This record gives sequence, structure tokens and C-alpha cells, in this order.
Amino acid sequence: MTIRTESALSRRGFLAGAGASAGLALGFHVPFGLGEAAAQGAAPAAPEINAWVVVKPDETVVVRIARSEMGQGTLTGLAQLVAEELECDWSKVTTEYPTPGQSLARGRIWQNFSTGGSRGLRESQDYMRKGGAAARIMLVQAAANEWGVPAADCRVSKGVITHPASGRSTTYGQVADAAARVEPPKDVPLKDPKDWTIAGKPLKRLDTLEKLTGAQVYGIDLKLPGLLNAAIKDCPVMGGRVKSFDAAAVEKMPGVKKVVPVGESAVAVVADTWWRAKTALDALPIEWDKGPNAGVSSATIAATLKEGLGASQAFVGNQSGDAKAAIAGAAKTVEAVYGYPFQNHATMEPMNATALWTPERCDVWCPTQNGEAALAATVEASGLPAARCDVHKIHLGGGFGRRGQSDYVRQAVAIAKTMPGTPVKLTWSREEDMLHGYFHPITQCKLTGALDAAGELTGLHMRISGQSILAGLLPQNLQNGRDPATFQGLNASGPDFQIGYTVPNLLIDHAMRNPHIRPGFWRGVNLNQNAIYLECFVDELALAAGQDPLAFRRKLMRNHPKHLAVLNAAAEKAGWGSPTPPGVHRGLAQIMGFGSYVAAVAEVSVGEDGKVKIHRIVAATDPGYAVNPQQIEAQVEGSFVYGLSALLYGECTVAEGKIEQENFDTYNVLRMDEMPKVETVIVPSGGFWGGVGEPTIAVAAPAVLNAIFAATGKRIRELPLKNHDLRRA
Amino acid sequence: MARLNVNGRMVEFEAEPDTPLLWVIREQLGLTGTKYGCGVAQCGACTVHVDGVATRTCALPVSAFNDGQKIVTIEGLSPDGSHPVQKAWAALDVPQCGYCQTGMIMSAAALLQAKPKPTDADINAEMTNICRCGTYNRVRAAIKLAADGGEVRGG
Repeated sequence: MTIRTESALSRRGFLAGAGASAGLALGFHVPFGLGEAAAQGAAPAAPEINAWVVVKPDETVVVRIARSEMGQGTLTGLAQLVAEELECDWSKVTTEYPTPGQSLARGRIWQNFSTGGSRGLRESQDYMRKGGAAARIMLVQAAANEWGVPAADCRVSKGVITHPASGRSTTYGQVADAAARVEPPKDVPLKDPKDWTIAGKPLKRLDTLEKLTGAQVYGIDLKLPGLLNAAIKDCPVMGGRVKSFDAAAVEKMPGVKKVVPVGESAVAVVADTWWRAKTALDALPIEWDKGPNAGVSSATIAATLKEGLGASQAFVGNQSGDAKAAIAGAAKTVEAVYGYPFQNHATMEPMNATALWTPERCDVWCPTQNGEAALAATVEASGLPAARCDVHKIHLGGGFGRRGQSDYVRQAVAIAKTMPGTPVKLTWSREEDMLHGYFHPITQCKLTGALDAAGELTGLHMRISGQSILAGLLPQNLQNGRDPATFQGLNASGPDFQIGYTVPNLLIDHAMRNPHIRPGFWRGVNLNQNAIYLECFVDELALAAGQDPLAFRRKLMRNHPKHLAVLNAAAEKAGWGSPTPPGVHRGLAQIMGFGSYVAAVAEVSVGEDGKVKIHRIVAATDPGYAVNPQQIEAQVEGSFVYGLSALLYGECTVAEGKIEQENFDTYNVLRMDEMPKVETVIVPSGGFWGGVGEPTIAVAAPAVLNAIFAATGKRIRELPLKNHDLRRA
Repeated sequence: MARLNVNGRMVEFEAEPDTPLLWVIREQLGLTGTKYGCGVAQCGACTVHVDGVATRTCALPVSAFNDGQKIVTIEGLSPDGSHPVQKAWAALDVPQCGYCQTGMIMSAAALLQAKPKPTDADINAEMTNICRCGTYNRVRAAIKLAADGGEVRGG
């Protein structure tokens, strides 16, 4: 039997020395290891039943969650799944983040911290549900041991354990200490989702109230004793570097403590307040060496991509039959070129991180989508071993993929390392954030379709030309140079990102062309542009075939029943084919990605003045299982804000090697007056786990673009809409 | 030393006169519920009430304000989150990441003060804050809920 008297974590006394006092002084709920138990040292820890579940004597259940909460509701959803198996009282459930350092010290017990790709629930549901179930088994066993009865004769509901035969009862809080010493079960059966009572329900989020009063602390709000603030400027042209700067010109400005070069390409000013740091930074004379990319513009990038559309060499993503022969022998061919621009994530909270470096250890507090990557960046920048570094996660003021990167963590640690013992918070200005994003990749796509005399699609060639995210960020994941993620939504088979059409002769290939603007995972990733390319072009094919877009798709989707069911669900709810109000036109789109099947119907009118009004969206989604329907609705609605912002306004252009849009005045986004009514149809078919944070974004733009075509006869093939004139000719 | 009336208290602080009110609130006064989003009065994350009027504070220097004005931040909207707008927000679980929401709430509270029964057009005109998570429809519903007295109807 394994005897564990208390949490190994609480004994470890994380943040000895300066860090511990810092932890004490935070004055808000901090992750365990930083909180009261660690600070008071001798105070007994609440028993850890297992890595996922802690039960306190007052019956509070703490669910530990390694994934990050950035608004998408993962914290609540995962807590629901654990609570479901644990059979605890939902009103007693709270959550906390383990740190990646603690996880590392325990053999990566909390597994993957990465929160992207809509994988929060779908990739941790199994081990977290098992964690909840195992804890329940141990708690019940502890009660049974105390009573000397078989555990099988005990019942549990809402954290109360009973032994009906003897009428005895106890609670999780009372047996938690003993349960922590029970041998963990080897066989941990999980509930059938049809029996769920906590999961699957539209429960309120666990993190709402503090967000209504200003009490929620984001990274940018962090306070520590003796904290200094830093503002930073990286070379506006990526690939450039600092030639020189004149620190003496600003060192005597109010509050300024230090001017620090950061790497070869950036300079930071550290001051008592951030505003003073920024003011001095703006006054700091900096001379840049703009480097080899200073001549690049949007036009030169577009020309490079255009060349790729006809290049002979390309990576193949999906191939069947002989598309080129089918096209050559077709009764009718259709050809079109589409394009998708750079986009910035534009999280509302700009990038920030706080670092405290001493020769002994380094601690970082930051909003991150990937705690382990942030820890690795901390280790690298601090020059200290991993065992003496840790990252303390804070809820994110938006992530959308941007905070999966750790560039700002590296910078914060580099600055703090020049001021040992002093915590330094680095906060980016909005302008810095806009210039130094990891941008939605830029691509173009040439599509050629072959129709036979009956209007049947016999061949399709889709040539994508442009940027690879993996080549920019994870080159080790390329497959002989090929980026498989480029083909999201277009894969022939496999459990994810599968194309919903069967085309007898199909070729989808990618001519990789990588400009110097660094690419990143932008909410929806490559599904965004691929859905536009595919779904708008399928509408073009339907038009050429003289067929209704829904009927045309249905024929191609015979072998893809899950895709088809979701498309049908959206079409039915929207009343596809039924009369619309005068001037209102419909468009539709479907795609599969991040494990889920999605479809949308948009109802749109275009005024004489060319103004687009989106009246209504019907969006259907099959995520396999619906863990919290009201949160799925929130994610689906939010997906339209993100997807329609990109459609209407989103575009980062390049001049002299630099991104031109530096704030929301030139990078506009959807606001309330343009937000359509969204009706969400959730059709969970079971048997698989799909994500909900991203897939729907991909159908937002093509559904609206197809409706705009229906309204105007104008086929928009390049985002954003603001660059197009939709006035009646 | 400058003085302002913030959340019903007279506070004294030192700051350069051209410091935006936002940064005095956040740094000199330590009230971090008011957020920095853009610095150019575009996003509304920095919204507070100045004599009851929703005001974006990131681009207005502190010297433009005086201690005769009543400044209220999210921390002063209610002592315990019980303002009708906060209650409506809780009832409809409006926030996602939440970063823009304090500014949204301050904008909505000022709107309802001026127009207790706002139309959709009123909401569109006054609620121009940016939310990137996409809570707009719930924000609209919560404003209407607060205007209706905060009772969540069945169904």
C-alpha cells in the first residue's frame, strides 16, 4: 500500500526566500504552493486525494487544472467533468492551476499544459475524468474502511457517503485525510455520458463574479513588493536589430531606473511606473538596423505567393484519381484565385510577464496558453536549471493562440536578470503588440474545378501558396519539408480536419512561400482560409452547374454522414429554401476541424450604398459530446465575432518590412452594432470528443461571402470586405 | 501633490500632469479594475464615470480633471457587485476572458443612468467597447435585463 500523508507539493515549500514573501503579498487567490499553506510553512495542507482532486475539511473540492482559462470556459468544463465522476457537490467546487515546475518535479503528473487547438477538454477529458473517478473510489473506500464494510455496499451523492444497511453516513471532507492514504484503484470505469448530471448541463461559469467587480487579477494587474515596470521596443522590422541608443538622454526622466538592451533587437526602459517607463522609452533615441527585410512590402509578398500558384513543385496534402487529367478533359471548368491576409490576434490584454530573478532561482508570473513552454523560456533566459525556475499562471485577457508563444516571457526574464532580486513587470504597448504578433499566415489559393455535361464535379485541383506556421514555429514537426497543418479541413482521412466531400479526381497541394513576417496559430488556424477557399469555390461550382448550393453539396457529401448531418441541421433550422425577408439573402458553409463538425447559414442584405448587414446566423456544431451547452453557445457566438472581424476589417499590411497597423484605429474589429443574431444548434452525436473554441470561426466568413454573392452577384475572393466596393453597379 | 475624488474618497498622489488618468488610477491609486487596451480611446477598456458620464481615460491627461469631479471606477460602482448591471451580467454569465468587461459594465451603467429603457439603437450608439472574445449578444441581453429590473424570465 502506498502511504501518502500529505501533498508532496505542500512539503516542497516552493518559492523559498524572496519568492515566498512575494507570494504572500499577492493579496489574491494564488495557485497552490504560493498560497497560505506554503507561506505559513507549518500549516497542514488539505489532503490531496490525487493530482486532480483536493478535498478540504470544509468540503470544498479543489480541482486542479493544467490548461489555461482565457475566456473559453475550459476551467468550468473540466471541473464539471471531474465533479461528475467525483460525485461531489458542484456548489463546493473551486479550481486552481498547478505550476509547470511542480508538474515537472512530479514526472509531468498534470500532463500537457498547452491550451490551443481547441484541445482543452477533448485532450484532457479522459485522464481528468479518471482522476475524478479514482478520487471518488478512494473516498468511498476510506469510509468503508472506517465502518468495516465493503465499499460496494456504500453509496455516494453530492459528497455524502452513506451505508444504507447501517444508516451511517459521512462526508468527503471528513474522510479526505484517510482517502489520501488509500491505494489508488487500477481499474477506473467512467460514466456513460447519458448518465451525466453535472457535465452536459448549462452550468454557470466558475470564474464570472470576480470579472464583474475589477477583482480579477490579470497579468498586467499584478502587484509585488518593490515591483518595477518595463516598457519595450523591438525592432519594428522583424529580422532587424538595434544599432544604437542613447540611454543618457532619458535616464534622468521621472521614475526611470534603467535602460536595458534586450537581445540584439530590443531596448527596454525600467521605471517605477509603466507610464513613466513608456514615456521615457518614447523619448529614447534608438537607431535601428532594419536588416534584410526592409524592402519587403505587401506587394512583394503577394507576387511571391502568386508565383507559387503556378509553381511546378508543391507538397501534396490530399490526392485521389488524376485531377489534372479530369480538368483537361472536362465539359466545363471553373477557375478562381482567392487570398487571405495577415491578421493580428489583438487580445484585449497586451502581452506582459513579471519576472523575479536571483542567482538562486527565477519565478515568472504571466498569462500564458502554454505553461510548460513559458517555463522552458524562463529556464533558457534565466540561465538557471529547470528545478530552480517556475511559472505561475494567471487568467488571460484573451489568448486566441498568441499566448502560446513565450517571446514576452523571455524578454521579461532577460530584463529582470539585469536587476537581481527586483521583480520587474514587462508590459507591451498596444503598438508593440500589433507590430510583434505571430500573425495569421498569409496564403493565396488557386482552385480549378471540372464539371461533366451533367454538372457533376469530376475533378478539383486546389493549389495553396504561402506561409507555413510549422516552418516558422515548429520546423521539427515538418514532414520532409511538408507542413501537414496547412491542409486543415482538407485531409482525405483520419479523425480530424477531414474534408467533407468525395471528389473522384482530387489534388490539394501547397507551394510553401514564407515571408519574414512571423506566422502563428491564430484562433481557427489554417481552417480559416481553407474553409473560405473550399466553401466559396464549391458555391462557384454549384452556380456553374446550375444547382442549388445545398443540393450540390449534399451529393458530394454522401460518404460523409457526420459532415452532412451538421450541414442539414443548420440548413433546416435556417429554413434554407424558404422565402426570406425582402432584400435578405442566404449563404452557407460547412467544415470539419479541431475534432468537430460545423456548419453555418448566414442571412445578409447589401444596401444600395454597398453596406453589408448580417441579420441572422444559424450555426450548427457536432462536438461529439456537449460538456456545457451554454458555454458552447458562448464560443459559437464569439467565433462569429472573431471570424467576422477578419472578414469585415482584418488585414495587416506590410510596408518597408514593417506591419502598418499599430492600433485599433487602423485595425478595426467587429463591434456591437454589427453583431448579428446567432442561433446555435448543438447536435452532439457521441463517440468522439471535439473542440468548440475554434472550428466555427472558419464557417463565419464563407457563409457570409456566399450570401453576399447571392445578394449582389459579386464574388469576393480576398479579405477583408472593407477593401471592396459592393455598391450596385 | 494632486487631488482627485475617486470612489467617494479624496485621494492625493504625485504624477506628471500629462499622465493619462487611466495610469494614475491603475498605478498611483492601485485600482487595477480599469484596464489598458489601446491608449487611443478606441476600445473602451479604460471606461470610468466622471460625474456619471462614461469617460475613456487612457488618452485624457490627469491635469484635465479636478477634485470637484466625482470619478467612479469599477471598484466603486457598488460595494459588493450588487449594481443592477453587475447582477444582470452575473445572471447571464456574460464575461469570457473578462478583460473588457469592467469597461463594458461602466459603459452600460452610464447608458442606463441616462436612458433607463435603451433601445437597440441606443445600445449600438453607446456601447462601442471592443470585446475580442465575442460577448456582444450577451452584453446586449444583460443591458435589457438590467433595464427590465433584473428578473430573469423563465424559459
